[in-house]
Amino acid sequence: MINDNLYRRQYVISGMAVFVVIAYLALLFNLQVIDQSTNDQAEGNAIIKQTIYPARGLIYDRNDSLLVYNQPIYEVMMTMNEMPEDFDTLTFCRLLRIDKQMFDQRILDLQDRRKNPGWSTYTQQVFMSQLKKEDIALLQEELYKFRGIEIRNRTIRNYNCHEAAHILGSVGEVNWDDINADNYYKMGDYSGRDGIERTYETELRGVKGVRKLLRDSKGRIKGRYKNGEDDEPAQAGKDMQLTIDIRLQQIAEKLLRGKIGSIVAIEPSTGEVLALASSPTWDPQLMAGKERSKNYIKLLNDKNRPLFNRATQATYPPGSTFKTVQALVCLDDHVITPHTPYVCNGRNSTTIKCTHSHGSPVTLLSGIEQSCNPYFWNAFRDYLQKGNNGSKNSKKLHERYIQWRESVMRFGLGSRFEDTDIYPQKGGNIPSEEYYNRRYGEKGWIALTIRSLSIGQGEILVTPLQLANQTATIANGGYYITPHLNRNDSMKLHVHQTGIDRHYFDLVREGMGRVMTAGTGRHYSIADVAICGKTGTAQNSHGKDHSIFIGFAPKDDPKIAIAVIVENAGYGSTWAVPIATLVMEYYLKGEIEHTDLFERMSNSNTTQLNAKKE
Amino acid sequence: MQRRNSYIHNIDWWTIILYLGLCAFGWMNISGASYSYDQTSFFDFGSVAGKQLIWLGGAFLLGGLILLIDHKIYDTVAYFLFAAMILVLVVTRFLSPPGGIKGSYSWIAFGTFRLQPAEFAKLTTALAVAKFMGQYDYHLRSWRDLFVPFLLIGIPALIIMIWEHETGSALVFACFLLVFYRQGMSGYVLLCCIAAIALFIIAIRFGTMPLPIGTGSVGMLVCMILLTATGVFFQLQENKYRMEKWILLGAIALVYSVGLLVNIWIPINFNWVSIAVVVLLGIYFVVANLYKRNPALIMVGIFMLLSVIYTNGCDYAFNHILQPHQRSRIELILGMKEDPHGVGYNVNQARIAIGSGRLFGKGFHQGTQTQMKFVPEQATDFIFSTVGEEWGFIGTAGVLIVYLIFILRLIHIAERQKDNFSRIFSYSVASIFLFHLTINIGMVLGVLPVIGIPLPFFSYGGSSLWGFTMLLFIMLRLDAAGAEQMR
Repeated sequence: MINDNLYRRQYVISGMAVFVVIAYLALLFNLQVIDQSTNDQAEGNAIIKQTIYPARGLIYDRNDSLLVYNQPIYEVMMTMNEMPEDFDTLTFCRLLRIDKQMFDQRILDLQDRRKNPGWSTYTQQVFMSQLKKEDIALLQEELYKFRGIEIRNRTIRNYNCHEAAHILGSVGEVNWDDINADNYYKMGDYSGRDGIERTYETELRGVKGVRKLLRDSKGRIKGRYKNGEDDEPAQAGKDMQLTIDIRLQQIAEKLLRGKIGSIVAIEPSTGEVLALASSPTWDPQLMAGKERSKNYIKLLNDKNRPLFNRATQATYPPGSTFKTVQALVCLDDHVITPHTPYVCNGRNSTTIKCTHSHGSPVTLLSGIEQSCNPYFWNAFRDYLQKGNNGSKNSKKLHERYIQWRESVMRFGLGSRFEDTDIYPQKGGNIPSEEYYNRRYGEKGWIALTIRSLSIGQGEILVTPLQLANQTATIANGGYYITPHLNRNDSMKLHVHQTGIDRHYFDLVREGMGRVMTAGTGRHYSIADVAICGKTGTAQNSHGKDHSIFIGFAPKDDPKIAIAVIVENAGYGSTWAVPIATLVMEYYLKGEIEHTDLFERMSNSNTTQLNAKKE
Repeated sequence: MQRRNSYIHNIDWWTIILYLGLCAFGWMNISGASYSYDQTSFFDFGSVAGKQLIWLGGAFLLGGLILLIDHKIYDTVAYFLFAAMILVLVVTRFLSPPGGIKGSYSWIAFGTFRLQPAEFAKLTTALAVAKFMGQYDYHLRSWRDLFVPFLLIGIPALIIMIWEHETGSALVFACFLLVFYRQGMSGYVLLCCIAAIALFIIAIRFGTMPLPIGTGSVGMLVCMILLTATGVFFQLQENKYRMEKWILLGAIALVYSVGLLVNIWIPINFNWVSIAVVVLLGIYFVVANLYKRNPALIMVGIFMLLSVIYTNGCDYAFNHILQPHQRSRIELILGMKEDPHGVGYNVNQARIAIGSGRLFGKGFHQGTQTQMKFVPEQATDFIFSTVGEEWGFIGTAGVLIVYLIFILRLIHIAERQKDNFSRIFSYSVASIFLFHLTINIGMVLGVLPVIGIPLPFFSYGGSSLWGFTMLLFIMLRLDAAGAEQMR
């Protein structure tokens, strides 16, 4: 037989079958067990996850008046690969009241990866955003005709007040850095960009929810995935109450109109910031909605730098207001007693001249009252030279300086408050020993070298917030609670002690009371309320001096501590004192008696004054 | 009487159990593939799954009937059925709906009921081939003996391909090569087929890739170097004329060197250099061995010359004969093109559906890709993606392994036939199943071009189910009769 050996060929054919099946098993094993990518593709394919945006938390002031709330807006979303070939662009444009050219431009922008790094034809892209109900009404009715188009509603911030822009901050779209830092965010999400909105972002934003929907191959929604079992509801953001009194804030901002400067008012017993005004400022409404970026650029380019929060970011030499701290530090160290006399020769004084004419010799209370420069220079020198003869070689002087600096910084001066919710902040500067060593050499400086520090001038720099806090510390008689904006009890636990005997505070308070009755602040008062205060004039190498005032009232039961700085306005007594007394008066009495003074102050313009002189 | 019915005991029940298992699981997947998310009633005769159940019932009846019919009838009517089928195939075009169904004129429609005669052409061809090659005086000794068998598979294949525009069903006839091979056709034919496929893939895939030096394409050069190497390999097997081998190798090296050298001044098309080498080598083999009487090398020479023509023809055929959609499908498989929304959509969606089934699958009627109709043709040609999504790797591996057992069982049965007619027919059946399995699953997995042929017992459709059932049960009936005669 010819075919005798042909039966063996069954093994070749069987072998082919086995080979094919094994090869396919390997492919399937790879596809179904090893390769994970198809799973995600399938998820994105048939199951669409719709984000449910939570309502952002509302913001109230300390008297429960609503400051910030949410307003619905609409966004037109576009999924490119779902749009049919014959997409009716013209009708679409007509319904949205835009022209074809703008449509084309917008598509180009979306496709431009530099402008829109999240570009994809598969995912929804924001074609137009921040639309009002009227804007999308026409499209909404005929939406079913446009496959690949969806209207999404979101909320933006709206404001009941025109003030407190720096405090409240604003909400804006997240950028790539935010997305990389926190995977909660997706492109197009909003987050708090600055101020309270930023500090309390995680509380205010709430938690996004997810709605899972089934979609068929034509892009039609067929219903909910697993009847909504896997859905996650959105959790609304937490509401928050600020320590700010919005009416006081309004008064403060009005008083700063036409001036460059800031006002910080604190309730001493709690550390709650009652008002925090920085001028120039803007209406917070400008930073919400469609015009946000345009307005932002405008504010950014303003030469008066309104975006700069002078209350917390600007640093100034505290000037004579620093004499209060100087007195306390020296008293506590027993360098001086309330009765220690120093000679003042007025304008003829050596080392540091006195700017005021008063009797001599001077003791503590009159030193504060008259803001006597030689008094404080002498006290400071004695402090530094205690236990040494003031020679350059003395290690002791350096130790004394370090001790002095630590005492001063315990008032919250010269460094950022770390345990607060006020953002942004600058630290200021109380120069360190190392700084002087670098500048003058380790043995190159003595008390005389750094004499300006004695009267709050020179390298020393503080922020208005720190000044207000220092005032609150004096009002409290030795401690402060970190100033903060969120009205919640946990913040009251941040108590900081100066370690200085309470008795000395009473003395300084007495001196500050005299300032307002017989000293530099005597021209302004509040009926039936004893005020304590201290004026200051910060030397400014660039122009006219800054007018500074710190104060608190009532003297025996302080309810408000305040710091006011008006830039380039000259003496503290001319601008800062009246502004501060008006603010305190309004806070304590609920009204202002001297309306004429209020009008005069709020309508005067120090920036123009300066412009004329220059 | 007793003797007449005894063959019932000789029916291969194992095969029937595998058949029923595949049908049952196949139906579950059709039900899954056609199940829609908002469907309320689980079952309904108007639905795809319902209709398939009717077809299944019919198939079982048909199978039973075939087991009852006398086996001798097939030998008798084989040629008649073949001729009748040719007529039906021709007429079908006139009876098919105007414009065809998806471009194919292979359907006869009576209302909603549709029949695809091509599915039954495999059966009639198998019978005719079995009858011709099973003749008592037929011996496969030379190429001439294969002339008629090639006509028997070529005629229906060409009619289906050219006249009915149904390429997939026509390609199935290629599986008869396995039957011829088993009956004595040279194994070199199969090797040539593999060589042809390899040359085609290389020529097309790299046909447009330019060479780093001179002009010409990587594809053609590689094909020609492979052919040259084949020739040299066979020449080296030759033990005599040692000197000649070295002259040959030297000559080849010389031609390429001259080409490279000239290329310094004038850009040379290396396609032509390499073609010239193969052609000269081929002619040398033929001429030199006519004199030396080494017929094997003459065949090698002819193979080389034909391959040159073939390789150059591939490019032409690919670009001018194939239709654009066929071209795209091939380009897609060869990775020359990515198009997940156009031509590649089916395959990509099938991959996603299968892949998302993971190890254990999403469960019966739980496949989201399936229910949301992401995979077109899912109940028919792409039914395997439903298996993958709803039953996972366990399901797909199970189906493949059961299928392998089934096919190996068929080969085993075929091999035990003493009667030539029965054996050839049985081998035809086994080959048809193997071909369908290979092509269909290869297509769904994206490793073979999209060729629309069904997965037997799984794909929705009455014609294919009945066609496969008839093939299988005629084979079982013949087997039973053979076993009876043994007794």
